[in-house]
Amino acid sequence: MSNEPLLSVKNLAITFSTPKGPVNAVRGVSFDLGRERLGIVGESGSGKSQTGRAILGLTAPNGKITADQMQFHDLDLRNLTPRAWRKVRGARISMIMQDPKYSLNPVMTIGDQIIEAYREHHKVNAKEAKRRAIEMLESVKIRDPERVFNAYPHEVSGGMGQRVMIAMMLIPDPEILIADEPTSALDVTVQLQVMAILDDLVRERGMALVFISHDLQLVSSFCDRVLVMYQGLVVEEIRASELDQAKHPYTKGLLNCLPKMDGNHAELPVLTREASWAEA
Amino acid sequence: MNAMIDISKLNAWFDDNHVLKDVDISVPANGSFGLVGESGSGKSTVLRTVTGLVDDWEGNILVNNKELTGTRDKAFYRLAQMVFQDPFGSLHPRHTIDRILTEPVNIHGLGNSDARVVEALNQVGLDNSFRFRYPHQLSGGQRQRVAIARALILEPKILLLDEPTSALDVSIQAEVLNLLTRLRHDLGLTYIMVSHDLAVVAHMCDDIAIMNHGRIVERATATQLAEGKLDHPYSQQLYKAAAGYDRAVVDSFVDWD
Amino acid sequence: MNSHTTTVKPGLMQWLTSDTPQSRFQAKCGRTWLGWLKLTENKLAMIGLSIVMGLILVTIFAPLLAPYDPLAADLANRIQPPGAEHWFGTDQLGRDILSRLIYGAQYTLLIVGLVAITAAPVGLLVGTAAGFFGGWVDAVLMRVTDIFLAFPKLILALAFVSALGPGIENAILAIAITAWPPYARIARAETITVRKSDYIDAARLQGVSNRGLIIGHIMPMCVSSLVVRVTLDMAGMILIAAGLGFLGLGAQPPMPEWGAMVSDGRQFLLDQWWVSTVPGIAIFVVSLGFNLLGDGLRDVLDPRGGD
Ligand SMILES: Nc1ncnc2c1ncn2[C@@H]1O[C@H](COP(=O)(O)OP(=O)(O)O)[C@@H](O)[C@H]1O
Ligand SMILES: Nc1ncnc2c1ncn2[C@@H]1O[C@H](COP(=O)(O)OP(=O)(O)O)[C@@H](O)[C@H]1O
Ligand SMILES: [Mg+2]
Ligand SMILES: [Mg+2]
Repeated sequence: MSNEPLLSVKNLAITFSTPKGPVNAVRGVSFDLGRERLGIVGESGSGKSQTGRAILGLTAPNGKITADQMQFHDLDLRNLTPRAWRKVRGARISMIMQDPKYSLNPVMTIGDQIIEAYREHHKVNAKEAKRRAIEMLESVKIRDPERVFNAYPHEVSGGMGQRVMIAMMLIPDPEILIADEPTSALDVTVQLQVMAILDDLVRERGMALVFISHDLQLVSSFCDRVLVMYQGLVVEEIRASELDQAKHPYTKGLLNCLPKMDGNHAELPVLTREASWAEA
Repeated sequence: MNAMIDISKLNAWFDDNHVLKDVDISVPANGSFGLVGESGSGKSTVLRTVTGLVDDWEGNILVNNKELTGTRDKAFYRLAQMVFQDPFGSLHPRHTIDRILTEPVNIHGLGNSDARVVEALNQVGLDNSFRFRYPHQLSGGQRQRVAIARALILEPKILLLDEPTSALDVSIQAEVLNLLTRLRHDLGLTYIMVSHDLAVVAHMCDDIAIMNHGRIVERATATQLAEGKLDHPYSQQLYKAAAGYDRAVVDSFVDWD
Repeated sequence: MNSHTTTVKPGLMQWLTSDTPQSRFQAKCGRTWLGWLKLTENKLAMIGLSIVMGLILVTIFAPLLAPYDPLAADLANRIQPPGAEHWFGTDQLGRDILSRLIYGAQYTLLIVGLVAITAAPVGLLVGTAAGFFGGWVDAVLMRVTDIFLAFPKLILALAFVSALGPGIENAILAIAITAWPPYARIARAETITVRKSDYIDAARLQGVSNRGLIIGHIMPMCVSSLVVRVTLDMAGMILIAAGLGFLGLGAQPPMPEWGAMVSDGRQFLLDQWWVSTVPGIAIFVVSLGFNLLGDGLRDVLDPRGGD
């Protein structure tokens, strides 16, 4: 479904300097992102979040980014000024984090936060902004939008909070949405419901979605294409529908070690890591 | 009655919040019982009530044929131990692994703490190089192994496992689940295992109960679960959700509150 | 996952930064070393540390450093301006101000040291007990704390010294009595966040007694914020001690305590400014040093910053 990539990343590397020496968090990651759902999967520490954050210019100050290319339309993301970043971040590329609790202001009602975000991008009066905010809450399938509008973040459940975050992220109509484990803290059914909302919105608006998760099974049932990361490297790129034909032993290992609901209590196959996987 | 754990008509409250409603659970010696449900359904509270971390409860709890009262004594802690969900929160950030494992040995006056610590670490597949590290120097899986070692060092007969792998990567989860299976066989342990993941419980347990809002809504054996033979619509929904993302299935979900 | 971290450092460094310490001692040293590295990155904290270290060194080597006897009056040389002979001039009795400053350092150090080792443990004990047990224990202990907190520190200290009688020992005691309540508050707040955590519950299930929990598990989590707060407070303590000295309620003449020195010089402030100003600057610099150090320690000692 994609012809011209929105974002093209070539040979992205991120190195953090720490008291114990440099940490190579991301090593030579390349991908093109079209109007599609791209999954990034891997174990914790494999560099998924850092890859996503680099696209948003959110790398911690002790990290150094190098890349042969990081092209977003006509913008070179490699050397944007902080000022230029502010025009891109949130407006054209947006991010949803794992825990909505840390992304929402705890002392402001959800409604006020949405209105504030909305009026930053649209010149409307207070009444119209409220109407739009309620509409937005409806669009993320919140059944009782009036109540949620007047609630504080701690008064709503995790799933509800994540829906609110999605609603807010979509206000400026970004072209790329990066979702970093947006559902990992939620119950299975709620998780799937939130994903369905993301799914619908991405389809309707023709956005590109980068879905970061540690859950290979889940990602492959949701995304079009999956990058599998291991120790900062992309070890395999595969169409989600062809996951059963994965070639890399790491991808296969990740799939095999999941417990199955077959009433079989035998040992689970464990992943035997080989040093060669971590070689660039 | 020869059940190792026999809980009947267990009710628990946090202030006015009635969190457990007539929960009945019976686990034979060396058995493995699974408790599944979404967050807030009361799974942890069942385990915490048994271990004496919840004050306001009613009902009967028999452990090893002994009725539990308001307070637990040292002997109880040698019989039953608990492993917590979050390996990052359950180890003291300022204590070395050595101290974490030595303390219970000293408190219970078991003696020979050096050898016991080494043995406990070996049991969970960690070598001696981990002994003097701080928790932050370990990965999530290693921390959970330490938490299991801490539970085992008092040589209990019962392990209460509160989502022991939900904070771990799947590859590490497989290792920890295998470890738990092996320990149960080798040491003749009895488990109650709590999880939100149906597949984990189906893999680990013989008998399974599904909880919703403090009540057990359905019971099944591992075989019944494998065949998807579940009656209650809530359990069916959990079962479907475990299969991954499917747009059509999601539309059929209802909220259970 | 640190497997792709590169560490190429020899000997002691390797021992300190080892990911596999061989003993409790090595583990502790390694942890301290990393904290130290972090502290050294903070320039202001290092300035603060040098000032504090300077104060300690001056105290130790006072007899070697001081050019004159700090108590020897020389009436022929009264109120000399700073010059080659007397770098910071002399006071109204002709005593060398530099020497008095150098000998005075020990009183400043004594005051902050004694207050720290008395007030901090009392605050820690009261705060952790209140936070841990809650209920009426908490209510009683915290009301007492509130009563102390309700008065401005200097006023309260003044009241105590007036009751106990002037003198440096009583000044120290009075400052300690007024200093503990904020520490109790901090320790209580920290205890309340910690007491519900899984690792405390886990320890309970190992059979650890309440006393063991407070001393072995909760106090270590409070100590860092206390150390920071005490360091930051030291500036204030020095000022209160100086204030008491200034009012004649602290150190008694001819003791070269800095606050008393400022007080002595105030009658000549307009024409012979140095008599008051030089010890004033010393108080300011040392207070600033403790403040900078405390700020730096806050970043290093945060118990939540695991690695
Ligand atoms: N600010 C930082 N300083 C040093 N190392 C970091 C920093 N941020 C991340 N890292 C390291 O980068 C690696 C990748 O992290 P991340 O992208 O967050 O992994 P994940 O795949 O779990 O999202 C990890 O090894 C992590 O420790
Ligand atoms: N310490 C507590 N104080 C008050 N309410 C609590 C406490 N612990 C749990 N609860 C409440 O009890 C209910 C059950 O919680 P829990 O047993 O932790 O559920 P689960 O483990 O299934 O996620 C929830 O509604 C939760 O809010
Ligand atoms: Mg991440
Ligand atoms: Mg729980």
